[in-house]
Amino acid sequence: MVTVLIPSVMRELTGGRDRVEVDGSTLRQVVNALEAQHPGTKALIIDSGMIRPEISIAVNGDIISSGLVEPVPADAEVVIVSAISGGGR
Amino acid sequence: MVTTERRYKVVGTRPIRHDGVDKVTGRAQYGADIRLPGMLYGRMLRSPHAHARIKRIDTSKAAALPGVKAVITAADFPPDEDEERVTNFGPFVVKFRWYRDNLMASDKVLYQGHAVAAVCATDQHIAEDALRLIKVEYELLPLVLDVRDAMLDDAPILQEGVKAPESMGQGADKPSNVNMHIHHEVGDVEAGFGEADVIIEREFETTMVHQGYIELQNGSAFWNKDDEVTIWTSTQGNFGMRDTTAKILQLPVSKVKVSPVEIGGGFGGKIHSYLEPIAALLSKKSGRPVKMYMSRTDVLQGTGPTCGTYDRIKIGAKKDGTIVAAEAYLAYEAGAYMGAPIMPGCMAVFAPYKIPHQRVDGYEVFVNKPRVSAYRAPGAPAAEYASECVIDELAEKLDMDPIELRLQNASVEGTTRADGYKFGIIGNVAVLEAAKNSPHYRSELTGENRGRGVASGFWFNIGQESGAIVAVNADGTVSLSLGSPDIGGTRVAIAMQLAETLGITAQDVKPQIVDTDSVGYTFVTGGSRTAFAGGWAAHEAALDVRRLLEERAAAIWECERADVAYGDDGVIRGPKDEDGKERSFTFKEIAAQLPDTGGRVTGRADTNKTSSGPAFATHIVDVEVDPETGKVEILRYTAVQDPGIAIHPSYVEGQVQGGAAQGIGMALNEEYFYDDEGHLLNSSLLDYRTPTALDLPMIETILAEVPNPGHPYGVRGVGEVPIIPPAPALHAAINNAIGVRMNKLPMSPRAILEKTILAEE
Repeated sequence: MVTVLIPSVMRELTGGRDRVEVDGSTLRQVVNALEAQHPGTKALIIDSGMIRPEISIAVNGDIISSGLVEPVPADAEVVIVSAISGGGR
Repeated sequence: MVTTERRYKVVGTRPIRHDGVDKVTGRAQYGADIRLPGMLYGRMLRSPHAHARIKRIDTSKAAALPGVKAVITAADFPPDEDEERVTNFGPFVVKFRWYRDNLMASDKVLYQGHAVAAVCATDQHIAEDALRLIKVEYELLPLVLDVRDAMLDDAPILQEGVKAPESMGQGADKPSNVNMHIHHEVGDVEAGFGEADVIIEREFETTMVHQGYIELQNGSAFWNKDDEVTIWTSTQGNFGMRDTTAKILQLPVSKVKVSPVEIGGGFGGKIHSYLEPIAALLSKKSGRPVKMYMSRTDVLQGTGPTCGTYDRIKIGAKKDGTIVAAEAYLAYEAGAYMGAPIMPGCMAVFAPYKIPHQRVDGYEVFVNKPRVSAYRAPGAPAAEYASECVIDELAEKLDMDPIELRLQNASVEGTTRADGYKFGIIGNVAVLEAAKNSPHYRSELTGENRGRGVASGFWFNIGQESGAIVAVNADGTVSLSLGSPDIGGTRVAIAMQLAETLGITAQDVKPQIVDTDSVGYTFVTGGSRTAFAGGWAAHEAALDVRRLLEERAAAIWECERADVAYGDDGVIRGPKDEDGKERSFTFKEIAAQLPDTGGRVTGRADTNKTSSGPAFATHIVDVEVDPETGKVEILRYTAVQDPGIAIHPSYVEGQVQGGAAQGIGMALNEEYFYDDEGHLLNSSLLDYRTPTALDLPMIETILAEVPNPGHPYGVRGVGEVPIIPPAPALHAAINNAIGVRMNKLPMSPRAILEKTILAEE
């Protein structure tokens, strides 16, 4: 299982949980599995099929470089680092 | 001084840089050296007002002036179907219209110096005369210059479409200057402060400061009849400039080429585009190449400095020095458009420490000043100045040595930052120990009005894409083509990593920066990434060469490829020959055989690495404060830093010294003075006071190497973190000298007198 560390701004969607365990071997699968458990999270991570520019994601401590196709090892720790965006960018 | 022993043949040595002679003899070609047949000179008309609506622009008289070949305004930019879309401009992600409007205002000017029109003419004097013939009718609007004023409910609004972030609660969804709110939280902050025996909460202010690069912004362009555009510009990112120009001008990327020139300093300020698309449009309209460059006043009024900030820090600790909770409120000025480095500020503010309960709130806020840009560790100096000053006060209150307090609470492998990121192997403790054991810290400081201060700093470092091409020449030298503009000696640092992998000397590598059509995509020279990522690309390209040479040796020896091995000593070894003799080639020997055995070989690599490894630094400074004038004299300065492995220690030391010098300028002198109408009052280097060699002592350096396990040669990146500790270290030293805590930058003579003699009056 992959452990996803949920940033504080998303915890309203995860019932206050700061970490969620999901299955998935790519980042896309992990995000989809997170969405299945906690609807609404995907929209905070992905926009128009891409990771939102105000989001950074680390897999086992390394900031990813391959977007949603990033491989995610079994038992990996995925950290979502996010910002709250205002009305414009 | 390097604290560890050398472990490589080339890496860790100090060869003369390949571009050194050209640079010290004036042969190197910079942007201002570009001369093309039929070249015209472009100049920009800039707004005298900080906030005004443009009602009408009349360029007819300027266009009619003999010698003027073209005039443009924002109306000349190609229309875009979706101007509000969020777009990548190099490393910056921003609304398309905002980026284009910063190049040239379309409806409103938002700061003094905002470009409104441009002309090109046969010489620069005619171009300047033409500017005076352009008539612009403005409707003045109320303005706001301070970040806290801009956050008030009744503040003048800069960007009408922006609504307050929902997270700001009541009053949200109404027009606001707050463009972004960032919130990070770990643990239970209230419970954490409940455990604290000592809590310190302080407010801090920092002012807008410029990168102070010596070479002025410049950009030349030629738009040919096939609609292909060539750009010559002093930039930190040739590829970013190519992509930005193509997006703004609605051209395919393949139609734009950026040709490299040397760069006379950038420090983050030469990543954004200011002139290039405008020079290209003027070239298109005139049919001739156009050269543009700014004056120093243009640079200070119209390009991106780093932001002014208002920061509030609260830290709680137990009596034994254990920090239990911390809270930060950071409000950063964006200038007129998005771009404040609030995100890294929020991630860095408490990064040097292991704190179980943390809350960080950060705000990006529009004000009527130029859109801010990156500046060496963008966002971190202000945030860490604030947090480090509170750490120093905490040490004073707990009667602890400031380095011991930092060691007790230092972030280590496995520590989680406020944003959730968990550190791998880092050198924070090694740096603090090296500082504690340094000759400087162990020395005694005596004398009236003298004091010592220490402070730490953290910066992320980044990786990203880099390309490298390595052509092997028949004489055993290699030509290395790179895409990273060389600002601080990265050519030689990358060439040394290539040489190490091939087992040859650095002098046998000829590194050169090539145009955007001649090497794979390469991200900007910034983020302390270039020696890390460029070196890795060169290493992989060298591995490609090794594979090709192993294949060639096998063909020459008529043996199996698997029986040939390229050693790290640069010798290729194969199976024994029929007479039982060892068979081997040195690099030069096999290179000489290449032309007659199938041709020369070229290795290449395109990499996208992210394991850059964070950097930590601790600085020690001794000062003497003149109580009558408020002047701070630096008596001794030592900068300790973990660079991972220092590829070329001299250039690492140079980066550390340069970063410290800029941090000292930010701390003691530099500031933008605006009047109430938003006019910059010190737009020259006579009045904008950067430190000179006469202001600084020799900055001693200690490199406490903790290799980055995420790089073949252990590189972390060095350029940015040394700008962070100077301000809080000087704050601590001034307090130690005269018992005054300066919670606002710069700590100038005037500011010190206002807190001492003038306060007593």
